[in-house]
Amino acid sequence: MEAYLFYIVAAITVVTGVYLIFEKNPVFGALYLIQTMVSIAVLYILLEAQFVAAVQIIVYAGAIMVLFLFVIMLLNLDIKEEAKNALPFQRIPAILMGIALFAVICIVIKAKLLQGKHDQYTTAYVNTVGNTKLIGNLLFTEYLLPFEITSILLFAAAIGAIMLAKRKL
Amino acid sequence: MITLTHYLVLSAILFTLGVVGVLIRRNAIIIFMCIELMLNAVNLSFVAFAHYLNSMQGQMFVFFIMTVAAAEAAVGLAIIVAVFRNKETVNIDDINIMKW
Repeated sequence: MEAYLFYIVAAITVVTGVYLIFEKNPVFGALYLIQTMVSIAVLYILLEAQFVAAVQIIVYAGAIMVLFLFVIMLLNLDIKEEAKNALPFQRIPAILMGIALFAVICIVIKAKLLQGKHDQYTTAYVNTVGNTKLIGNLLFTEYLLPFEITSILLFAAAIGAIMLAKRKL
Repeated sequence: MITLTHYLVLSAILFTLGVVGVLIRRNAIIIFMCIELMLNAVNLSFVAFAHYLNSMQGQMFVFFIMTVAAAEAAVGLAIIVAVFRNKETVNIDDINIMKW
């Protein structure tokens, strides 16, 4: 059951990703990316990271993609614009390089260079405490400093976005 | 049985799609969306590692990556809007005044 679900969702994710990079209309591209992100949220649920899945849908599929669609609406883009491509010969080498990159990553995965040591948070333990509660506890104890720095980052980003949006730059 | 390798290969496919998208597309907004796709691919491998190594560190890192992605989207889209106001285009071949 879990295996079938993984293969179906993985196929949807990859197909929508392929549609995204070949889609001419940016609005449809954004919709394909939303579908990709929702599929990844389903994979997070399969990996028993429920809170991350919820945040993925709220932050990525909700906030960030709405921002993208909003900007596409503001810019009023011409779809034919992409026709005047100055580097048409870049397409084939780019795809070949992509395949080469994928091969390299697969070799690294197959060589099992990516090893790590097991921690205490087994599925049974996480289920007794609760995924969200555990994340909240860690966020305010072990990861308190990065959490606080995050607030500064978001503050700086907000100021930067407001400055860039001023009429006279 | 789905193993860690399945998730890592899926993550690699998504990351590669993002890289290819950045290389072959000329629309700045679509390039930006491909960058988001790459960030998502990395997040997926983080959560997969966290699950298979019985760790929470991967999930914690995903939160910080999402924060950075949100900040990056806000600032990046503001830059694209500012560029569009000045040059009336988001085609990156036309935005080349910093080339030399």
